[in-house]
Amino acid sequence: MQVPAQFEYERATSVAHAVDLLVKYNGAGRVIAGGHSLIPMMKLRLARPEVLIDINEVGELAGIVRDGDELRIGALVRHNELLDSAEAAQLFPILVDAERVIADPIVRNRGTVGGSLCQADPSEDLSAAFSALRADAVIQGPQIRRTVPIRDFFVGPYETVVGPDELLVELRVPVRPGSGSAFVKVSRRAGDWAVGAVGAAVWLAGDVITEIGIGLSALGAQNFVAVEAEDFLRGRVVSAEAFAEAGRIAAEHCDPPVDQRGPADYKRHLAATLVARSLTLASHRAGREV
Amino acid sequence: MDITVTVNGRQYRRTIEPRVLLAYFLRDELGLTGTHLGCDTSNCGACVVWLDGLPVKSCTVLAAMADGKQVRTVESLARNGQLDPVQQAFIDCHGAQCGFCTPGMLMTARWLLDRDPDPSEERIREAISGQLCRCTGYENIVRAIRRAAELSNTADDDGSSAALAGEQRDEVAS
Amino acid sequence: MTADGNGSAFGSRIRKEDARFVRGLGKFVDDVVLPGMLHGAMLRSPMAHARIVSVDVSAALAHPRVKTVITGEMLAERGMAWMPTLSYDQQAVLATDKVRFQGQEVAFVVAEDRYAARDALELIDVEYEPLPAVVDAHQALAPDAPVIRDDRPGQQDNHIFDWESGDAQRVAEVFAEADVVVEQDMLYPRVHPAPLETCGIVADMDPVSGRLTVWSTAQAPHAHRSLYAQLTGIPEHRIRVIANDIGGGFGNKVGVYPGYVCAIVASMITQQPVKWIEDRAENLMSTAFARDYHMRGEIAARSDGTILGLRVRVLADHGAFNATAQPSRYPAGFFGVFTGSYDLQAAHCSVTGVYTNKAPGGVAYSCSFRVTEAVYLVERMVDLLACELDMDPAELRMRNLIRPEQFPYDTATGWRYDSGDYPRALAKLLDMAGYHDLRAEQAAKRERGELMGIGLSFFTEAVGAGPRKHLDMYGFGMADGAELRVHPSGTAVLRVSCMSQGQGHETTFAQLVANELGIGVDEVDVVQGDTDHTPFGVGTYGSRSIAVSGAAAVTVARKVREQARLIAAAMLEADPEDLEWGDGRWYVRGVEGAGHTLAEIARAAHADIDLPDGVDGQLAASTVYNPPNLTFPFGAYLCVVDVDPDTGQVTVRRFVAVDDCGVRINPMIVDGQIHRGLADGIGMALMEHIAFDADGNHLGGSFMDYLLPTALECPSWELGETVTPSPHHPVGAKGIGEAATVGSPAAVVNAVMDALRPCGVRHADMPLTPAAVWRAIQGRALRSDLAIR
Repeated sequence: MQVPAQFEYERATSVAHAVDLLVKYNGAGRVIAGGHSLIPMMKLRLARPEVLIDINEVGELAGIVRDGDELRIGALVRHNELLDSAEAAQLFPILVDAERVIADPIVRNRGTVGGSLCQADPSEDLSAAFSALRADAVIQGPQIRRTVPIRDFFVGPYETVVGPDELLVELRVPVRPGSGSAFVKVSRRAGDWAVGAVGAAVWLAGDVITEIGIGLSALGAQNFVAVEAEDFLRGRVVSAEAFAEAGRIAAEHCDPPVDQRGPADYKRHLAATLVARSLTLASHRAGREV
Repeated sequence: MDITVTVNGRQYRRTIEPRVLLAYFLRDELGLTGTHLGCDTSNCGACVVWLDGLPVKSCTVLAAMADGKQVRTVESLARNGQLDPVQQAFIDCHGAQCGFCTPGMLMTARWLLDRDPDPSEERIREAISGQLCRCTGYENIVRAIRRAAELSNTADDDGSSAALAGEQRDEVAS
Repeated sequence: MTADGNGSAFGSRIRKEDARFVRGLGKFVDDVVLPGMLHGAMLRSPMAHARIVSVDVSAALAHPRVKTVITGEMLAERGMAWMPTLSYDQQAVLATDKVRFQGQEVAFVVAEDRYAARDALELIDVEYEPLPAVVDAHQALAPDAPVIRDDRPGQQDNHIFDWESGDAQRVAEVFAEADVVVEQDMLYPRVHPAPLETCGIVADMDPVSGRLTVWSTAQAPHAHRSLYAQLTGIPEHRIRVIANDIGGGFGNKVGVYPGYVCAIVASMITQQPVKWIEDRAENLMSTAFARDYHMRGEIAARSDGTILGLRVRVLADHGAFNATAQPSRYPAGFFGVFTGSYDLQAAHCSVTGVYTNKAPGGVAYSCSFRVTEAVYLVERMVDLLACELDMDPAELRMRNLIRPEQFPYDTATGWRYDSGDYPRALAKLLDMAGYHDLRAEQAAKRERGELMGIGLSFFTEAVGAGPRKHLDMYGFGMADGAELRVHPSGTAVLRVSCMSQGQGHETTFAQLVANELGIGVDEVDVVQGDTDHTPFGVGTYGSRSIAVSGAAAVTVARKVREQARLIAAAMLEADPEDLEWGDGRWYVRGVEGAGHTLAEIARAAHADIDLPDGVDGQLAASTVYNPPNLTFPFGAYLCVVDVDPDTGQVTVRRFVAVDDCGVRINPMIVDGQIHRGLADGIGMALMEHIAFDADGNHLGGSFMDYLLPTALECPSWELGETVTPSPHHPVGAKGIGEAATVGSPAAVVNAVMDALRPCGVRHADMPLTPAAVWRAIQGRALRSDLAIR
């Protein structure tokens, strides 16, 4: 079996220590948490960091807490912790839907929320889910701690705004009334990456959609979001027709990659189908049937 | 680098390269060959062991990450010559064929039953869904875990690993 | 239950193997650690087809922990750059002239540890001159196709063989009389057995004794020894091949791979033991794949549903070297049984094998020498015919199944099926499944626009090769030895040539012997997988262990029992002819309850009684069993699926399987074998396949890309059985290792096609992934052998 190339290993004990180490290694250091994306790539020698900075012992990064009108999810929260969180389940079922279909139960014991987002895989389910929720990412650098909307977090495939000397600290998800959310995914098999997945969050006033978030994973949506479909729905009354039209718009504006999971026409069709389905379920959870 | 890992209640101090995977540490350094490797991409689960009480895929964990931590492998399941109920159930139900996935399956099964002593078939299938078996079509593994639940629930002894931490010895084997 | 044994040792019981497996104490090849052991790593071609301009290993050799680097050139100097394949082709051990598939072996690094070996691979500099690759099998024989095998004298194209079976003329006649003819192209895609343990070896050449000891993942240890002897020049008696526990084989571990040869050569050069263990990518990309049969079937019938004939044309993609592991006179394996379970008048198939720039193999993955392809073909064709005639597929099958009174049945392509009661098995299946209720449910769902499918498959397996007269592996007739010794205390040790990879031989074979000798199953130990300690035989694959080695075990046990009769007669001062065997004793006819047990007789055999003529003292015998015919297990399967028409997702809701494998020695193990094969059917039908892009890049080189079913895709299997003993096997057993893999994929595909019938879909190729199903509904089916575009 494969083994990684050589590297140096540092174990960070705090956020400040981790950032110090990133500064010290000046771009050569790479943060590792669960390691379930990075270590396989290192074994296959598709990634060769010179230094690994292990943040698994950084307690500040752990935990899920309700803080006023935000849910704060630490970057080091393991997938299974989020999946098992009653608070998250109650506020944002989209996260539970997504976590239930991310990898497998053993990987979810180890893989982290922050790691998944920082990996910025175009097929990452959580990227779509947090984008739908319009979460904010909190990033610690040597000087400042900054907050970036998750929709501005992803620069491109496998690229984020987190600088070489910065660390993702937590996600902050706004808690607002009248919300419902859901995540639906089609994969070839349990544990596989999505062929296509869609997360939807709706905020309703009566029947009217006051705010909306639609996140797409693996479907070639810019920054994981279907902005045009959101614009179409905002201010409308929930209806099957409106959701179908939103799906059509989302499908039209995404640019799905062609790979062994499927051809573009299928994935585009999937975008339309899953947008409508996720919206219907989200709306149902917000108390409105369509 | 130097690491100290407590494996199956026994503390080991070793000097290793940072790139040594936990699975290889167990196999090569400690001779615990019950932990197997079946893929390089954390898909097969033949390498599942417990790290601080949670099952992990040890081919995707650095041994360095286990420094100062507790690891539990299949070799710890039988105690004082007495098989763990999951082991006995795998025998009773023909849950093993070639035996390669078996240790990882057993470790997940033990964890599941510690958390949920009476899991449904669906829960069991979900729990082992990150572990591949090419021999059993999963049927008898699922049945074995159900049977282990029944064995555990009828036995006086809880059959679980709760006692293990207390049994830790500070003996340094090297 | 049996002719002679009383059957008391048969039945489900605890496997002897499990005591070590549940403790993590199995002994797999990677668990072998020897003093001074070195580690090998293989450098492989990144390209599918390229000329090798140069191989520079100097930087790798300069690595402080590297011991040696073996190149094709070095092997050529020893006459070992090429090795023979089981199909009488040659395969490069390490490439010297060209690379012919992505992942082909180019150089072998030997270092002090696995880390240095792997690191040093990156220090080897190979210059390649890329050549166009042959990826699409249908283009392999095009006049302008690049010639892959220019190493073969006189080879001007990519053609390997043409093989046919049946009577083409007769088929033409029955087709002319038919009311309806249905034809269909279908691909059984390239798949991979992917045992959970990859292949590996530890080779230890003792420079003093000249003895080579090899621990390896070998389903056929004796055949490996013979090939190593031929290749290395080490005399056969100085080579010992040991396969301890094997973590699944499924045909993947039948052949000899270049890595094995390199490890042996490395041990010869370094005079130290050398371990080489494949990684998963190497396993999936370079070792024996399976199937890759591009088939066109035509079926002819009367309008009442009577099937008249079947015609098949196959294009077989064998990859870059013809290394299929099958009886050498059968280049298409046992594909000739493609008439399946039906009584039809005429059949003909023709198979053309071609080279492509892909890994070699083809016969693996529990295929029973390509009975999988044959069953899939005929079962799809029968369903298509049912569709065309608008007949119920169960009814159509029932109408055409071979009737019990027709056995032994001679098929239109020359096979003699030994025994069967096919209608009984099908009726039992339909009853267990609640077939009519399922059809009613389906009709109601169709009214609501929901897609539910019910798929049937009825298969006849062909297992237990030989006889040796017709069937050989690389010149070795397919007969297997067995040796049995009874110790003075009456316990016994059986030595067999076959090799378990999880099938539980240690238990089942002990049951066979215990049953014949009237001793406890725990009183029989089974030795396998060590060429120094077992008789010659061609190994375990093609479901042949029980059919051949099992028969050998029974035969040798009966020989020993006859020896015991003579000794017992001496002990009882009776005529041997007056003795009867019963309840574990030889006794004088009429005085049941008296007489002597095997333990008593064994003790006497070693003691001082006067032995009769014909007995040497001690109880021991050996035999070689040459089966008179194959055995033909069969079964009827039914699968129920639900399909989401918008996403194309298939959910297997139920799978019901009625198997008849003759007498069941250990029903628990038999069920376990069936479970596995049913999961294979889910895997192949719904997700497993290896495609290649236009450059010949392998698109399934990890378990992220080559998907295997998990516990969540598998339903709880519902099993039923009928028992029709084989008339020629000594206990009536037929073998079960591959039956379910053979029978199940067609049931799943038939179920999905049945679900899609309202959408006008007639056929779509495996794997029926969500995308493939949706595309089929759109009328634009995907090709599963090529990259999706």
